[in-house]
Amino acid sequence: MTTTPPRPPRSPIGRRKATTRTSVAGSRTRPRPGLVLDVDRSTPPILFHHGENFRLEPLPSGRSRIIYPPDPLPGLTDPDGSIRDALDNPIDADPLRAQLFAGMKLTIAFDDISLPLPQMRKPDIRQRVIEAVLDIAAEVGVDDVHIIAALALHRRMTEAELRHCLGDRIYDAFAPDGKLYNHDAEDPDGMTHLGTTGAGEEVEISTRAVESDLVVYVNINLVSMDGGHKSTATGLSGYRALRHHHNPKTMEASTSFMDQHNSELHSANWRQGDVIRNAGVKIFQIETTVNNNTFGTTGPMAVLQKREWEWSGRDRAAFIAMKSGLDRMPAQGRRRVFQNWRAPFEMTSVQAGEIEAVHKVTTEHVYAQQAVPVEGQTDIVTMGLPYLCPYNVNSIMNPILVMCLGLGYFFNMYRGRPVVREGGVLIMSHPTPWEFHPVHHPSYIDFFEQVLTETTDPHKMAHHYEKQFAEDEWYRHLYRTSHAYHGVHPLYMWYWGAHALDHLGGVIIVGGDTKAVRRLGFRPASSLNDALEMATDVVGPQPTVTHVHNPPVLMADVS
Amino acid sequence: MSEESDKFCRILPTFRRLVVLLGRAFSLAGRNWSLIDAQLAGRTIAVTGSTGFLGTALVERLLRSIPDVRLVLIIRAGKRSDVERRAARDIFKNDAFDQLRGRHGMDGFNEFIAERVTVVEGDVGTDGLGLNEAGRAALAGCDTIIHSAATVSFDAALDTAVEVNLLGPHRIAMTLADLGATPHLVSVSTCYVAGNRRGNAPEELLAGGPFALDINWRAEVESARRIRSDLDAQSRTPERLAEFAKAARQELGAAGTGALAAKTEQLRQRWASDALVDAGRARAASLGWPDAYAYTKALGEQALIETRGDVPVSIVRPSIIESALTEPAPGWIRGFRMAEPVLISYARGLLSEFPGVPEGVVDVIPVDLVVNAILAVAARGPLDEPDVTQVASGSANPLRYRQLVELVSGWFKENPIYDRDGQPIIPPEWRFPRRGRVQAQLNRATTGLRIAERGLQALPLRGKQAQLGIEVAEKREMAERAKTYVDLYGAYTQCEAIYQVDQLDQLRLDLEAEGAGPSAAEVEHFELDPRVIDWEDYVRTIHLPSVVESARVKTTPGRTTGPDRSERRRRQILSEERHLAAFDLENTLIASNVVASYAWLATRRLGRTERLKLATKLIAEGPSLLSLDRSDRSDFLRFFYRRYNDAPVDLLAEDAAELFSDLLAKSYPDGIRRVREHRRLGHRTVLITGALDLVVEPLRPLFDDIISAELGMVLDEDDVAIYDGELLDVPPTGESRAAALIDYAKAHDCDLAESVAYADSTSDLPMLEAVGFPVAVNPETRLAAVARKRGWLVEQWTKSPGSPGRLLPIGPRASELRRHAKPQPYDPSAAAGTP
Repeated sequence: MTTTPPRPPRSPIGRRKATTRTSVAGSRTRPRPGLVLDVDRSTPPILFHHGENFRLEPLPSGRSRIIYPPDPLPGLTDPDGSIRDALDNPIDADPLRAQLFAGMKLTIAFDDISLPLPQMRKPDIRQRVIEAVLDIAAEVGVDDVHIIAALALHRRMTEAELRHCLGDRIYDAFAPDGKLYNHDAEDPDGMTHLGTTGAGEEVEISTRAVESDLVVYVNINLVSMDGGHKSTATGLSGYRALRHHHNPKTMEASTSFMDQHNSELHSANWRQGDVIRNAGVKIFQIETTVNNNTFGTTGPMAVLQKREWEWSGRDRAAFIAMKSGLDRMPAQGRRRVFQNWRAPFEMTSVQAGEIEAVHKVTTEHVYAQQAVPVEGQTDIVTMGLPYLCPYNVNSIMNPILVMCLGLGYFFNMYRGRPVVREGGVLIMSHPTPWEFHPVHHPSYIDFFEQVLTETTDPHKMAHHYEKQFAEDEWYRHLYRTSHAYHGVHPLYMWYWGAHALDHLGGVIIVGGDTKAVRRLGFRPASSLNDALEMATDVVGPQPTVTHVHNPPVLMADVS
Repeated sequence: MSEESDKFCRILPTFRRLVVLLGRAFSLAGRNWSLIDAQLAGRTIAVTGSTGFLGTALVERLLRSIPDVRLVLIIRAGKRSDVERRAARDIFKNDAFDQLRGRHGMDGFNEFIAERVTVVEGDVGTDGLGLNEAGRAALAGCDTIIHSAATVSFDAALDTAVEVNLLGPHRIAMTLADLGATPHLVSVSTCYVAGNRRGNAPEELLAGGPFALDINWRAEVESARRIRSDLDAQSRTPERLAEFAKAARQELGAAGTGALAAKTEQLRQRWASDALVDAGRARAASLGWPDAYAYTKALGEQALIETRGDVPVSIVRPSIIESALTEPAPGWIRGFRMAEPVLISYARGLLSEFPGVPEGVVDVIPVDLVVNAILAVAARGPLDEPDVTQVASGSANPLRYRQLVELVSGWFKENPIYDRDGQPIIPPEWRFPRRGRVQAQLNRATTGLRIAERGLQALPLRGKQAQLGIEVAEKREMAERAKTYVDLYGAYTQCEAIYQVDQLDQLRLDLEAEGAGPSAAEVEHFELDPRVIDWEDYVRTIHLPSVVESARVKTTPGRTTGPDRSERRRRQILSEERHLAAFDLENTLIASNVVASYAWLATRRLGRTERLKLATKLIAEGPSLLSLDRSDRSDFLRFFYRRYNDAPVDLLAEDAAELFSDLLAKSYPDGIRRVREHRRLGHRTVLITGALDLVVEPLRPLFDDIISAELGMVLDEDDVAIYDGELLDVPPTGESRAAALIDYAKAHDCDLAESVAYADSTSDLPMLEAVGFPVAVNPETRLAAVARKRGWLVEQWTKSPGSPGRLLPIGPRASELRRHAKPQPYDPSAAAGTP
């Protein structure tokens, strides 16, 4: 194991002030790249996210390493100017103004509440972009505009959430007469079947999008999985089309689904995108990227973004104060504190035009912020799971989502090879409470009680339960009229971890609700030390360990 | 004590057992008392009380051991079955007849019974015994009549005890006189007719004996009958009836007129019969008897002797009859009788004290010895004058109370019974306190627990908290039961009378003297000597194992495997055979109520101050609303729904769609899953709720049908549809909920006996009672008590853990939506929403 780039000068905690090389957004100094640190005896305990709390865990010296994300890239200095510029000078497409005409049907679709994570401070990028699009549309005299939250099978966004994403001006202008709304994949009159791909995958998207003269898709590309054809082919689609790639077979063949060139998930979406294009649906894709300034460089959460050996006395005091406060707070209060956090993300790029050309540029920007070169795999990977995943914004991270975040998202944040070797062990830290949001996740509750008690094998559950959950009238009703994820969604979340389940020799959750962890088919441990000890049963004595210091999000380039 | 005598003491029990065994072997070998079967052979014998413990043993022994005997059984008809069926079920099905069944085979046994036994409908509680002509003829043709019918319960009501125990023997004598028949009447009485006295109680008629009281039994009968009618009249005074109605309401809450009326009547009858029990006990105590049983039996003997006419009479007085020594099988017992509940309560650790005199004698006698004594008296035939034979152990082979307690506690220490968790229960140590002290302790405990129970019932508890109420009620019942045992049986552990058995001994000696019968192998043995009982052996290897077995308590450690009671019940409910599942909404499927829904809807479009004001006002109204709801749910709903007066229909529909998500946040996922399970099984599902249709409308896809309250609508001056705040129909709560369910079942051809109903409160009792499979969901204290008594399935469904909660009954504001009632055109010139 070697580290790239060379290790920075190390000092015991508190002796030195935070290094001046730490990027301060706005200071525009060149931010530091990501880092792989070999753990030795002088390495202080490492911060693990642990749901709505944290743990400080020492890692075994001499055989452990830590992957740190790069520092936040500087944001665009004039975001609104950059947006206008992207709209006027798109890639491989005519300027937006040239594609608009009076009397046309225009549909603006945008990424839903699952992006970015956490929700960003106002104004949200989508508000900026859509306001710019609407300005041009108004100038040209376009009257028939619909704005759709492209949420596929996610829950409907609430009024407050829509207002946060789009701003009051757009909401008040469009929502009251029904021109701003959530996509409804179960509306029998609202979906149009466009055909079948060469691989036999059906394609079905929102009828309003199909009938529009132009669809403008407004995206926030937080991770490399997002965007491209997936925006429309998934976001405006429904179960009939999604089932062709949201299944265990596809997910196991996506190594990883964060790496679109090795992702069967993306291949399928791209094939469906072709069908959409060939059906004559015109799409003007606007993609944006943000830096990874998740917790801010100042303020109460700033310490979470610093490397432990660089913590100042103030950082340590802030951390201790925060931790002891959280320890004393009731779970509901902690959840409220964290869910109310708005990240000071800054936009790092915006590009518009033809989907594939745009997405290529976008992906480069994402990697520029997140990629960390890592040499070789280890026996064990450890990760601290935070309070949030794409599916519990303003909600509860239930055990199934814990599995999905760890084995779905974090495990797949790699290019090349997984950070952990085949047959290795994944150790994640999360309280995994036996809690569910009854409005957002009703089918999850039943999935947890009925399916997971029978099987944890994605293939078996797909075979026996997918249809039942997907076509259940009550879940359909809740998805359409309340704020529930679609009935089939918990199964999809489980499929998301299919590749990891296939690859790993074992999964251990540190500090989780024992019963809930066992229900997931994993092993519970009360401390990281115990977990490492338990893992030796699978990977042998003296295993090598990699800790992925995420969030802020990072993508391991494993050679 | 010297070493030798010490050794002697140790070998004494072994020696005694040896003697007993030798004695038995010897008697079998040559000395036999086969005269009994020889004398009784071919006779026709009438038996009363054959469905009882002693009666069954008697019938069995007669049929098994007496050649060619014919029996006439006088049996009271059951409430639902005729006498033949009752005889088959209550007598011949008993395991006492296993030997006979083995001898004849199943079919042969039935034939044998049909050939030997005539069953006659009759009742010793009625003048003329309530016999028909055939019955009278059968009775007239009997050689011997054994009267063992009695109400043996020590807490019998005075009038019942008088009718059966006192007048029973007299009525038999009168009927025989009427028939002109003079068979030998052997009447079974009790040793305890001698009353609460110390010292020897000889085998003499009461009238002639030293303890005779100058009491006129006819006057006693008269007064008992008068007391009955007096108490009945007292129970019907307006004040009393109001009290009963109040108590019924306290127990059941707003359960509807029908249920409350039934409960009130039940309470009235219970009051009257309790008062009669008290009257009996008081009268008995005033005359020196331990209870109404002994008192009425004593007067019964007197009445019989006085009015026997030409009928020759013998009286047999057993003491406390317990399980069989050898016949029909060692330990055979029937029914949960006097000592058994006390023993089991002790082993369960429920009776931590029991009064008694440690050196006092507990006079217990195995049932087969009593049977043999009766048969011996019958075989011997009548004497010139009525005679008395006591069957007791106290004088010949006394069992001391201390010894009994030691044997019992030692046995239970070695063979403990286990609690629900499979942990052994350690029996308490008894210290032989005075009866008064134990009674006072138990009185205090009962009173305290009753107050606690009342207090809990008054609180609006439900679900697991209501279980606390159940636990208190269980404890209170336990204490009350213990008190009853102490009240009733305490007298027997403190009794210091010694019952003489000279007659019994004489009987035995006579038979022995005369006995020179056929060869040993064919001889039937009729044990008459209480001295053969080895108490240690009897208590430890015969009686206790039998008691424990018949009490069906847990005797093995470890948790019970397999589905428990609730699980079995749940499986029955979720069987495909069920037709219909009816659900209440509030607190059954959703932790909400009409007030909260109203507050949510009403505050949604108010300003901040008004919202707070309305919420505060509602909270202040809480107690009065709660009490109105408790007294009558329909009245409450009518009163409360008036607040919807003038509410615009469209706006409410729009808000109700949003309220749906709020309701879901308070839903019980297990409950929702249960509804869906029923539907999957093909059961019809129906929601029957007093909530408004507009509130429950979004739940429609969950059920096949919804029956809810509906508000009337009118048009206001602007032609906008508004609610008028009046219900179109009686809201489906209480009895009208049951009525709605019954109508619904009829309309959809569902059998209610095969249907399930889920509800949370006693106001739903009529609905729950209407179906075959009622389920109490998160029951409030009163319903929890009812469900426990009736063995209903209780489900504790909770909100999803972590579900968001709101402190005040306020809906989130439909904020800006109303600020711009009409959509604003998008204005590009307006400043972008930058901070």
